[in-house]
Amino acid sequence: MLNYNAIVKLVKENSKILDLGCGSGALFKMLVDKKNVKGVGVEIDENCVIEALEKGLSVIQGDLDEGLKQFPDKSFDYAILNQTLQSTNNPELVIDEMLRVAKRSIVSFPNFAYWKVRFYLFFKGKMPKSKALPYEWYNTPNIHLLTVNDFFEFCKKRNIKIEESVYLTRKKARSGILIRTITNFFSEEVVFVISK
Amino acid sequence: MEEKILVETKYFKLNKPIKLECQRELEDIQVAYETYGELNENKDNAILILHALTADAHAAHYHIKEDKKPGWWDTMIGDGKAFDTKRFFVICSNVLGGCKGTTGPSSINPKTGKEYALDFPVITVGDMIKVQKELIDYLGVKKLIVVGGSMGGMQALEWSIVYPQMVKSTIIIACTPRLTAQGIAFNAVGRNAIISDKNFNNGNYYHGEHPEQGLSIARMVGHITYLCEEAMHNKFGRDFKDKPSFDFGVDFQVESYLEHQGRIFVDRFDANSYLYITKAVDYYDPARKYGSLENAFKDTNSRFLIISFTSDWLFSTQQAKIMVEALVKADKEVSFVELKSSCGHDAFLIEWEKQTKIIESFLKG
Repeated sequence: MLNYNAIVKLVKENSKILDLGCGSGALFKMLVDKKNVKGVGVEIDENCVIEALEKGLSVIQGDLDEGLKQFPDKSFDYAILNQTLQSTNNPELVIDEMLRVAKRSIVSFPNFAYWKVRFYLFFKGKMPKSKALPYEWYNTPNIHLLTVNDFFEFCKKRNIKIEESVYLTRKKARSGILIRTITNFFSEEVVFVISK
Repeated sequence: MEEKILVETKYFKLNKPIKLECQRELEDIQVAYETYGELNENKDNAILILHALTADAHAAHYHIKEDKKPGWWDTMIGDGKAFDTKRFFVICSNVLGGCKGTTGPSSINPKTGKEYALDFPVITVGDMIKVQKELIDYLGVKKLIVVGGSMGGMQALEWSIVYPQMVKSTIIIACTPRLTAQGIAFNAVGRNAIISDKNFNNGNYYHGEHPEQGLSIARMVGHITYLCEEAMHNKFGRDFKDKPSFDFGVDFQVESYLEHQGRIFVDRFDANSYLYITKAVDYYDPARKYGSLENAFKDTNSRFLIISFTSDWLFSTQQAKIMVEALVKADKEVSFVELKSSCGHDAFLIEWEKQTKIIESFLKG
């Protein structure tokens, strides 16, 4: 829930949002209730779509990896990709498409350089598991895990502007870029607002 | 066993002529309709069910206790069902041009005292809904939800565009905003089969032999398009009825099925109505009329739910997505679901459990 709250804080009132991989619509509904947003969710799973519909949300069943061609350029204030980037087949395409259809994009993901993850691998010699990464190596949907440093590098190479960042540990959310190495070490999850 | 709820088809006569899209006027129009549930005080709990190519006003319940089959969408309409008659006032009417109680080519032309036959004006989907609007006003409905599958979806779409102040929600199932060239081609084969029947007699067959052969071939072609390869394989495979006959009679199960469908169809449908209604479907193209589909949706005030089925190649997911895309571009509230099914286009009549879940959620939200 910490990342939900962080995202809700970042979104301006009355915005139009595109929630990519919206699941059953919990975050989307929170944004509707607290920030009076409008918009649409995209979700691949039929049962999740049904749950989101029940909440009164607009949802389009679809696969992010096929792009967002039904959405015109800059037609949303925010495109949100919450805890989904690492499970897309083609993260590059997904981010490019988000930057195309929305003025700002919000991306959150579990940081694979979090100290507990590092220690898990270092001491146990096994693929790390945690609350943020609950799967086994053989059934994880997280096929493109990344770190805070990776994301910075990714954005720099493509001239993507990082407008805001929130670093989350289990108990706290911190805004703004501190010393990156330290952030990369201590954040379990991160939320970035990016634009191009 | 559950007790059968009985319902009767009612008839409404328009008290004014309707100007049709072809610029001709049609007088003395009668509309066959059924209703289920009660209209509330605000007159805003109505659901208008729009039927597909050859269906009728009898969408739910039974006409008489002895009826074996209920209305054509009884799985979806009733107490506790997707279109819950405890909550909603559900209406279904036979389309203009039909042969199930609403005025069509087999009706008597008041000017001649004879059946219209091919003197009946060529009608459009727009004309169909114009007539439905008269019924809706007569019933006192102020706001409504419109729902339809296949050609019914086209009518629902048209309702949302033409009467934006009345339509709150639009549910479009197994539908396309315009038929593909392939779809038109199949309809053309059906019409050709009817017109070239030796009994067709330029449509004036009402007092003699009907063009049954042609109509049943049209229906067979139709049935091929309503199924899909997988559905046909599952239903019939390459099974023989008996064993190879070494003549040109009905050998395979699939042939037997098509012949049966053709045969029972001629008893319940008018060949001229088939010509008129397939033509209306072929003509339907709001994108052409309004410049673009996005522009057609510009003034709509409805929420939209669009449902497609994976194995429907006649009105495919790809075509459903054209509507979704246009609605997104027009900045309208739209939800879209593609349901997995191996039933082909017919899925909208068969897969009621999945549709119920989706539609209930949409109507709840």
